[in-house]
Amino acid sequence: MFRKGLRDGIPIGLGYLAVSFAFGMMAAEGGIPVLEATLISAMNVTSAGQFAGLEIILTGGTVLEMMLTQLVINLRYSLMSVSLSQKLDRSVKFGHRFLIACGVTDEIFGIASTQPGKIKASYVYGAMCVAIPGWVCGTALGAAAGSVLPGFLTSALSVAIYGMFLAIIIPPAKKDRAVLFVVLLAMGISCAFTFLPVLNRVSTGFVIIITAVLVSALAAILRPIPAEGEEAP
Amino acid sequence: MRETDFIYILAMAGVTYLVRMLPLVLLKKEITNRFLRSFLYYVPYACLAAMTVPAVFFATTYVLGAAVGFFVALFLSYREKSLLVVALAACAAVFVTERIIEMVL
Repeated sequence: MFRKGLRDGIPIGLGYLAVSFAFGMMAAEGGIPVLEATLISAMNVTSAGQFAGLEIILTGGTVLEMMLTQLVINLRYSLMSVSLSQKLDRSVKFGHRFLIACGVTDEIFGIASTQPGKIKASYVYGAMCVAIPGWVCGTALGAAAGSVLPGFLTSALSVAIYGMFLAIIIPPAKKDRAVLFVVLLAMGISCAFTFLPVLNRVSTGFVIIITAVLVSALAAILRPIPAEGEEAP
Repeated sequence: MRETDFIYILAMAGVTYLVRMLPLVLLKKEITNRFLRSFLYYVPYACLAAMTVPAVFFATTYVLGAAVGFFVALFLSYREKSLLVVALAACAAVFVTERIIEMVL
Protein backbone atom coordinates (compact mmCIF):
# COMPACT_ATOMS: atom_id res chain seq x y z
CA MET A 1 0.00 0.00 0.00
CA PHE A 2 2.83 2.39 0.90
CA ARG A 3 4.60 1.78 -2.42
CA LYS A 4 1.39 2.24 -4.39
CA GLY A 5 0.91 5.52 -2.58
CA LEU A 6 4.46 6.55 -3.46
CA ARG A 7 3.87 5.74 -7.13
CA ASP A 8 0.53 7.54 -7.31
CA GLY A 9 2.11 10.45 -5.48
CA ILE A 10 4.76 11.09 -8.15
CA PRO A 11 2.58 13.06 -10.58
CA ILE A 12 1.21 14.99 -7.61
CA GLY A 13 4.73 15.82 -6.43
CA LEU A 14 5.66 16.98 -9.92
CA GLY A 15 2.56 19.10 -10.24
CA TYR A 16 3.19 20.56 -6.80
CA LEU A 17 6.74 21.41 -7.75
CA ALA A 18 5.38 23.61 -10.53
CA VAL A 19 2.59 25.25 -8.55
CA SER A 20 4.66 25.88 -5.42
CA PHE A 21 7.46 27.22 -7.57
CA ALA A 22 5.05 29.93 -8.66
CA PHE A 23 4.14 30.53 -5.01
CA GLY A 24 7.80 30.85 -4.02
CA MET A 25 8.38 33.33 -6.83
CA MET A 26 5.45 35.49 -5.77
CA ALA A 27 6.52 35.44 -2.13
CA ALA A 28 10.06 36.47 -3.05
CA GLU A 29 8.75 39.27 -5.23
CA GLY A 30 6.78 40.53 -2.22
CA GLY A 31 9.94 40.60 -0.13
CA ILE A 32 9.34 37.43 1.89
CA PRO A 33 12.62 35.65 2.72
CA VAL A 34 13.21 32.19 1.20
CA LEU A 35 13.11 30.46 4.58
CA GLU A 36 9.83 32.08 5.52
CA ALA A 37 8.19 31.19 2.19
CA THR A 38 9.34 27.61 2.63
CA LEU A 39 8.01 27.55 6.18
CA ILE A 40 4.59 28.70 4.97
CA SER A 41 4.49 25.83 2.47
CA ALA A 42 5.68 23.23 4.96
CA MET A 43 3.07 24.25 7.53
CA ASN A 44 0.10 24.67 5.23
CA VAL A 45 0.40 22.56 2.08
CA THR A 46 -2.55 24.26 0.42
CA SER A 47 -2.34 26.18 -2.83
CA ALA A 48 -5.35 28.50 -2.88
CA GLY A 49 -5.07 29.16 0.86
CA GLN A 50 -1.42 30.08 0.66
CA PHE A 51 -1.81 32.43 -2.28
CA ALA A 52 -4.61 34.21 -0.41
CA GLY A 53 -2.61 34.18 2.83
CA LEU A 54 0.42 35.66 1.12
CA GLU A 55 -1.75 38.47 -0.18
CA ILE A 56 -2.93 39.22 3.37
CA ILE A 57 0.60 39.23 4.79
CA LEU A 58 1.85 41.50 2.01
CA THR A 59 -1.05 43.94 2.23
CA GLY A 60 -0.97 43.99 6.02
CA GLY A 61 -4.42 42.52 6.69
CA THR A 62 -5.46 41.53 10.20
CA VAL A 63 -4.86 38.13 11.81
CA LEU A 64 -8.63 37.68 12.08
CA GLU A 65 -8.95 38.29 8.35
CA MET A 66 -6.26 35.70 7.80
CA MET A 67 -8.09 33.11 9.89
CA LEU A 68 -11.48 33.76 8.25
CA THR A 69 -10.01 33.63 4.76
CA GLN A 70 -8.27 30.33 5.47
CA LEU A 71 -11.45 28.96 7.01
CA VAL A 72 -13.51 29.79 3.95
CA ILE A 73 -11.00 28.73 1.33
CA ASN A 74 -10.03 25.55 3.13
CA LEU A 75 -13.43 24.50 4.45
CA ARG A 76 -13.62 22.16 1.46
CA TYR A 77 -10.97 20.06 3.22
CA SER A 78 -13.52 19.34 5.94
CA LEU A 79 -15.81 17.93 3.31
CA MET A 80 -12.94 15.85 1.99
CA SER A 81 -11.95 14.71 5.48
CA VAL A 82 -15.51 13.57 6.14
CA SER A 83 -15.41 11.62 2.91
CA LEU A 84 -11.96 10.25 3.70
CA SER A 85 -13.02 9.21 7.21
CA GLN A 86 -15.40 6.78 5.52
CA LYS A 87 -12.82 5.59 3.04
CA LEU A 88 -10.16 4.73 5.62
CA ASP A 89 -10.05 1.17 6.90
CA ARG A 90 -11.80 0.91 10.28
CA SER A 91 -8.56 -0.39 11.80
CA VAL A 92 -6.77 2.93 11.20
CA LYS A 93 -5.95 4.16 14.71
CA PHE A 94 -6.59 7.55 16.27
CA GLY A 95 -2.97 8.68 16.15
CA HIS A 96 -2.71 7.97 12.46
CA ARG A 97 -5.71 10.16 11.77
CA PHE A 98 -3.94 13.19 13.23
CA LEU A 99 -1.03 12.58 10.87
CA ILE A 100 -3.15 11.76 7.82
CA ALA A 101 -4.92 15.07 8.36
CA CYS A 102 -1.70 16.87 7.36
CA GLY A 103 -2.00 15.24 3.94
CA VAL A 104 -5.58 16.16 3.10
CA THR A 105 -5.02 18.17 -0.06
CA ASP A 106 -7.18 18.29 -3.18
CA GLU A 107 -4.86 15.96 -5.04
CA ILE A 108 -3.99 13.42 -2.34
CA PHE A 109 -7.67 13.28 -1.47
CA GLY A 110 -8.40 12.79 -5.16
CA ILE A 111 -6.24 9.70 -5.54
CA ALA A 112 -7.07 8.28 -2.10
CA SER A 113 -10.83 8.62 -2.39
CA THR A 114 -11.01 7.09 -5.85
CA GLN A 115 -9.08 3.94 -4.91
CA PRO A 116 -11.26 0.82 -5.05
CA GLY A 117 -12.39 -0.37 -1.60
CA LYS A 118 -11.02 0.78 1.74
CA ILE A 119 -7.56 2.28 2.08
CA LYS A 120 -4.90 1.94 4.75
CA ALA A 121 -2.98 4.78 6.37
CA SER A 122 0.18 3.61 4.57
CA TYR A 123 -1.31 4.50 1.17
CA VAL A 124 -1.85 8.11 2.22
CA TYR A 125 1.61 8.23 3.84
CA GLY A 126 3.18 7.01 0.60
CA ALA A 127 1.54 9.78 -1.39
CA MET A 128 2.42 12.36 1.28
CA CYS A 129 6.08 11.29 1.20
CA VAL A 130 6.41 12.37 -2.43
CA ALA A 131 3.86 15.15 -2.64
CA ILE A 132 4.77 17.23 0.42
CA PRO A 133 8.54 17.37 -0.30
CA GLY A 134 7.59 18.39 -3.84
CA TRP A 135 5.49 21.23 -2.47
CA VAL A 136 8.13 22.41 0.01
CA CYS A 137 11.12 22.08 -2.34
CA GLY A 138 9.27 23.81 -5.17
CA THR A 139 8.59 26.77 -2.90
CA ALA A 140 12.22 27.02 -1.81
CA LEU A 141 13.44 26.77 -5.40
CA GLY A 142 10.90 29.30 -6.64
CA ALA A 143 11.72 31.79 -3.91
CA ALA A 144 15.47 31.34 -4.33
CA ALA A 145 15.74 31.24 -8.09
CA GLY A 146 12.39 32.27 -9.48
CA SER A 147 13.84 34.42 -12.17
CA VAL A 148 16.08 31.62 -13.47
CA LEU A 149 13.25 29.51 -14.89
CA PRO A 150 11.83 31.20 -17.97
CA GLY A 151 8.13 32.10 -17.99
CA PHE A 152 7.24 29.76 -20.83
CA LEU A 153 8.29 26.77 -18.72
CA THR A 154 6.27 27.79 -15.66
CA SER A 155 3.30 28.42 -17.94
CA ALA A 156 3.45 24.88 -19.33
CA LEU A 157 4.03 23.32 -15.89
CA SER A 158 1.03 25.05 -14.39
CA VAL A 159 -1.47 22.79 -16.19
CA ALA A 160 0.06 19.62 -14.68
CA ILE A 161 -2.28 19.73 -11.72
CA TYR A 162 -5.39 20.05 -13.92
CA GLY A 163 -4.27 17.24 -16.19
CA MET A 164 -4.05 15.12 -13.09
CA PHE A 165 -7.54 16.09 -11.94
CA LEU A 166 -8.96 15.09 -15.30
CA ALA A 167 -7.14 11.75 -15.20
CA ILE A 168 -8.84 11.11 -11.86
CA ILE A 169 -12.41 12.08 -12.76
CA ILE A 170 -12.81 11.16 -16.44
CA PRO A 171 -12.42 7.34 -16.34
CA PRO A 172 -15.18 6.87 -13.70
CA ALA A 173 -17.35 9.40 -15.56
CA LYS A 174 -17.07 7.18 -18.62
CA LYS A 175 -18.45 4.18 -16.75
CA ASP A 176 -21.03 5.81 -14.52
CA ARG A 177 -23.57 8.23 -15.99
CA ALA A 178 -24.25 9.72 -12.55
CA VAL A 179 -20.57 10.67 -12.15
CA LEU A 180 -20.60 12.19 -15.64
CA PHE A 181 -23.63 14.26 -14.63
CA VAL A 182 -21.84 15.38 -11.46
CA VAL A 183 -18.68 16.35 -13.36
CA LEU A 184 -20.48 18.32 -16.07
CA LEU A 185 -22.84 20.10 -13.70
CA ALA A 186 -20.00 21.01 -11.32
CA MET A 187 -17.99 22.47 -14.19
CA GLY A 188 -21.04 24.43 -15.35
CA ILE A 189 -21.80 25.89 -11.94
CA SER A 190 -18.18 26.79 -11.32
CA CYS A 191 -18.14 28.61 -14.68
CA ALA A 192 -21.30 30.47 -13.71
CA PHE A 193 -19.58 31.65 -10.52
CA THR A 194 -16.60 32.85 -12.53
CA PHE A 195 -18.33 34.67 -15.35
CA LEU A 196 -21.75 35.87 -14.19
CA PRO A 197 -22.02 39.27 -12.49
CA VAL A 198 -22.66 39.24 -8.72
CA LEU A 199 -21.85 35.49 -8.60
CA ASN A 200 -18.26 36.24 -9.59
CA ARG A 201 -17.74 38.11 -6.33
CA VAL A 202 -17.90 34.88 -4.35
CA SER A 203 -14.42 33.72 -3.32
CA THR A 204 -12.91 30.59 -4.89
CA GLY A 205 -13.05 28.57 -1.69
CA PHE A 206 -16.77 29.22 -1.31
CA VAL A 207 -17.44 28.45 -4.96
CA ILE A 208 -15.97 24.98 -4.53
CA ILE A 209 -17.92 24.34 -1.33
CA ILE A 210 -21.22 25.57 -2.77
CA THR A 211 -20.74 23.67 -6.01
CA ALA A 212 -19.70 20.43 -4.35
CA VAL A 213 -22.57 20.50 -1.86
CA LEU A 214 -25.25 21.40 -4.43
CA VAL A 215 -24.17 18.95 -7.10
CA SER A 216 -23.40 16.03 -4.77
CA ALA A 217 -26.71 16.47 -2.94
CA LEU A 218 -28.62 16.56 -6.20
CA ALA A 219 -26.85 13.46 -7.49
CA ALA A 220 -27.40 11.68 -4.17
CA ILE A 221 -31.15 12.35 -4.43
CA LEU A 222 -31.45 11.40 -8.10
CA ARG A 223 -29.04 8.47 -8.06
CA PRO A 224 -28.31 7.12 -4.57
CA ILE A 225 -25.57 4.52 -4.48
CA PRO A 226 -26.63 0.97 -3.60
CA ALA A 227 -27.39 0.41 0.11
CA GLU A 228 -24.76 -0.92 2.47
CA GLY A 229 -23.60 -4.46 1.85
CA GLU A 230 -24.04 -4.21 -1.89
CA GLU A 231 -21.07 -3.29 -4.06
CA ALA A 232 -20.55 0.38 -4.81
CA PRO A 233 -21.21 1.21 -8.48
CA MET B 1 11.82 37.25 9.04
CA ARG B 2 9.51 39.85 10.49
CA GLU B 3 8.14 38.69 13.83
CA THR B 4 4.56 39.61 12.96
CA ASP B 5 4.76 37.38 9.89
CA PHE B 6 5.16 34.39 12.15
CA ILE B 7 1.87 35.13 13.92
CA TYR B 8 0.13 35.21 10.54
CA ILE B 9 1.72 31.93 9.51
CA LEU B 10 0.73 30.28 12.79
CA ALA B 11 -2.87 31.50 12.47
CA MET B 12 -2.98 30.32 8.90
CA ALA B 13 -1.53 26.88 9.61
CA GLY B 14 -3.67 26.40 12.72
CA VAL B 15 -6.97 27.01 10.93
CA THR B 16 -5.91 24.94 7.93
CA TYR B 17 -4.93 21.97 10.10
CA LEU B 18 -8.11 22.09 12.19
CA VAL B 19 -10.48 21.98 9.20
CA ARG B 20 -8.61 18.93 7.95
CA MET B 21 -8.14 17.13 11.24
CA LEU B 22 -11.46 17.50 13.09
CA PRO B 23 -13.69 15.50 10.71
CA LEU B 24 -11.09 12.75 10.33
CA VAL B 25 -10.64 12.30 14.06
CA LEU B 26 -14.24 12.82 15.17
CA LEU B 27 -15.90 10.62 12.56
CA LYS B 28 -14.64 7.14 13.21
CA LYS B 29 -17.95 5.35 12.82
CA GLU B 30 -19.27 4.24 9.50
CA ILE B 31 -22.05 6.46 8.17
CA THR B 32 -25.06 4.28 7.38
CA ASN B 33 -27.45 6.90 6.06
CA ARG B 34 -27.87 6.19 2.36
CA PHE B 35 -28.24 9.80 1.30
CA LEU B 36 -25.09 10.84 3.16
CA ARG B 37 -23.12 7.92 1.76
CA SER B 38 -24.20 8.79 -1.76
CA PHE B 39 -23.45 12.45 -1.15
CA LEU B 40 -19.92 11.66 0.02
CA TYR B 41 -19.39 9.31 -2.91
CA TYR B 42 -20.02 12.19 -5.34
CA VAL B 43 -18.11 14.91 -3.44
CA PRO B 44 -14.60 14.22 -4.84
CA TYR B 45 -15.81 14.28 -8.44
CA ALA B 46 -17.73 17.51 -7.90
CA CYS B 47 -14.78 19.15 -6.11
CA LEU B 48 -12.17 18.22 -8.69
CA ALA B 49 -14.42 19.13 -11.63
CA ALA B 50 -15.24 22.53 -10.13
CA MET B 51 -11.57 23.22 -9.44
CA THR B 52 -10.50 22.31 -12.98
CA VAL B 53 -13.02 24.26 -15.05
CA PRO B 54 -12.68 27.14 -15.68
CA ALA B 55 -9.46 27.65 -13.62
CA VAL B 56 -7.33 25.63 -16.06
CA PHE B 57 -7.96 28.17 -18.83
CA PHE B 58 -6.39 30.98 -16.81
CA ALA B 59 -3.36 29.03 -15.59
CA THR B 60 -1.13 29.66 -18.60
CA THR B 61 0.20 32.63 -20.54
CA TYR B 62 -2.27 32.12 -23.40
CA VAL B 63 -5.82 30.85 -23.00
CA LEU B 64 -5.42 28.94 -26.27
CA GLY B 65 -2.38 27.10 -24.89
CA ALA B 66 -4.37 26.02 -21.86
CA ALA B 67 -7.31 25.00 -24.05
CA VAL B 68 -5.13 22.70 -26.14
CA GLY B 69 -3.58 21.25 -22.97
CA PHE B 70 -7.05 20.74 -21.54
CA PHE B 71 -8.32 18.82 -24.55
CA VAL B 72 -5.18 16.70 -24.77
CA ALA B 73 -5.62 15.81 -21.09
CA LEU B 74 -9.32 15.12 -21.66
CA PHE B 75 -8.58 12.80 -24.56
CA LEU B 76 -5.82 10.87 -22.76
CA SER B 77 -7.93 10.59 -19.58
CA TYR B 78 -10.73 9.17 -21.69
CA ARG B 79 -8.27 6.58 -22.98
CA GLU B 80 -7.52 5.88 -19.29
CA LYS B 81 -3.83 6.78 -19.36
CA SER B 82 -2.05 7.12 -16.00
CA LEU B 83 -2.00 10.36 -13.97
CA LEU B 84 1.64 11.06 -14.81
CA VAL B 85 1.19 10.51 -18.57
CA VAL B 86 -1.87 12.76 -18.69
CA ALA B 87 -0.21 15.50 -16.63
CA LEU B 88 3.04 15.53 -18.62
CA ALA B 89 1.27 15.35 -21.99
CA ALA B 90 -0.87 18.33 -21.01
CA CYS B 91 2.26 20.32 -20.09
CA ALA B 92 3.94 19.35 -23.37
CA ALA B 93 0.84 20.35 -25.34
CA VAL B 94 0.77 23.77 -23.67
CA PHE B 95 4.48 24.24 -24.29
CA VAL B 96 4.24 23.40 -28.00
CA THR B 97 1.07 25.45 -28.54
CA GLU B 98 2.51 28.52 -26.86
CA ARG B 99 5.73 28.30 -28.88
CA ILE B 100 3.64 28.19 -32.07
CA ILE B 101 1.54 31.15 -30.92
CA GLU B 102 4.68 33.19 -30.24
CA MET B 103 6.13 32.32 -33.62
CA VAL B 104 2.96 33.46 -35.36
CA LEU B 105 2.52 36.66 -33.34
